[in-house]
Amino acid sequence: MAVDLTSEKTEAITGLLHGQPRSAGEWTWSGRELVAISWLAPLAFALGWETLCRFGGVNPQVMPAPSAVLATAWTLAADGTLFVHLGYSLVRAATGFVVGGGIGFGLGVLVGFSRLAEALLDRSIQMVRAIPFLALLPLVIVWFGVDEAGKIFLVSLGVLFPIYINTVLGIRQVDPKLMEVAKVTGLSLRGRITKIILPGAMPSILTGVRYALAVAWLALVIAETIATTKGVGFLAMDAREFLQTNVIVLTIVIYAAIGVLADSVARALERRLLAWHPNYAGEARR
Amino acid sequence: MSAAVTVRGLRRRYGERVVIEGLDLRIETGEFVAMLGESGCGKTTLLRALAGLDPVDGGRIDGPSQPAVVFQEHRLLPWAPLWQNVALGIETPQAREQAVAALREVGLAGREGDWPRNLSGGQAQRVALARALVREPRLLLLDEPFAALDALTRIRMHDLIEDLVARHRPGVLLVTHDVDEAIAIADRILVMRGGRIAASYDVDAETAAGPSALRAKLLGELGVVLHDRAA
Repeated sequence: MAVDLTSEKTEAITGLLHGQPRSAGEWTWSGRELVAISWLAPLAFALGWETLCRFGGVNPQVMPAPSAVLATAWTLAADGTLFVHLGYSLVRAATGFVVGGGIGFGLGVLVGFSRLAEALLDRSIQMVRAIPFLALLPLVIVWFGVDEAGKIFLVSLGVLFPIYINTVLGIRQVDPKLMEVAKVTGLSLRGRITKIILPGAMPSILTGVRYALAVAWLALVIAETIATTKGVGFLAMDAREFLQTNVIVLTIVIYAAIGVLADSVARALERRLLAWHPNYAGEARR
Repeated sequence: MSAAVTVRGLRRRYGERVVIEGLDLRIETGEFVAMLGESGCGKTTLLRALAGLDPVDGGRIDGPSQPAVVFQEHRLLPWAPLWQNVALGIETPQAREQAVAALREVGLAGREGDWPRNLSGGQAQRVALARALVREPRLLLLDEPFAALDALTRIRMHDLIEDLVARHRPGVLLVTHDVDEAIAIADRILVMRGGRIAASYDVDAETAAGPSALRAKLLGELGVVLHDRAA
């Protein structure tokens, strides 16, 4: 009887969690509905903001309405300048991500596999990691001038560490019991790396990728404040000079939008690479 | 008969504590040997030494360099479909066909593309068996592979393993703490105590008049005294 009671209780709790009376049966939110719900709060926020600007007497110089920001976006898009700046920023972010991510992953694999490499490299890497970006800015300008190289360097540096740390962690956390299986099945070293260690480390590495994407963007905002004439950061700096709050807000919205986009790319990667993982409800391939 | 493995004077210690001392063992090809012993008697240590997973401190092991092992947990790679799990370490072009055939043999035909997480405990353990047998091992080491399964599944697994061993004829060493399991599937039962083999029973000879006498003897060896209920 105790079992029956428990299962009834579980069902009742499930019902409560889903905001449905038990009589409605086993009803859960579908994926599409949940996506729609996740957009409710941002939409309500934009609506409230617009209302305040129109009827609340907010000075547009202080806080432009979403419609004004949209209009600005339209004008800048129409003459193409928006895409030029966006293009520069994206290329910088992507290049920095590939360079920094590649180095971080390479170092992570090395240190993850070899205690010797760890002894040689890890302390230095951790020391460099402890340096705040902004402290490096003057040096970066001296080293690389105000060219692309300096900006890409900053982004790479920001991306390197989260990928490095999570790669090392992922490799170290691979179940030693599976390594024993590799031993008794006579798996080659190459097989051990490609079939056990890297897939086992993948969840952790992808966590690093997601974090690195956020850092890349942050680094880019800083990098684009260095004397430059192109990029979303420049757009914001330039607008500040002339107090164009609508452009400033637009750049913030762009950063946010691209951040969300980058995150969804990372999630798509997770769904694809971690299809086997019960936490990433990927569809079982047959 | 040829030996699947021969062990002479095996010695293994952890720090000061001697776990195996002067152990001799011979398992013939096609012979099913079960090893009983109390927890911590060194039976798993012996199995791991035979598997080449742990070093030994003395003695000789003459056997295949690559025996197959089934562990208590299935130890399947969660990120690889079943056939890749079974074919692990096989690098011939026929790896997939062999894996599919091995899966069919353990009753999992058509499941080769499935993920390990979609399996029940018994099914996962069958895949582990397929992974062991697909390499046609001369020596098969089983480290309590059925201990975590429910009673009914365990009985089915006993039938399956007997069947598979009869067909592939490896020498088998099954480490278990389950006396009934040992009687049900082994040809010979060894009792390990004090770091060496303390007793050996031929199952067919001992169970000619039914299994209960052997059962009582083995339990006695393990320190369990059965009281005669009729008295």
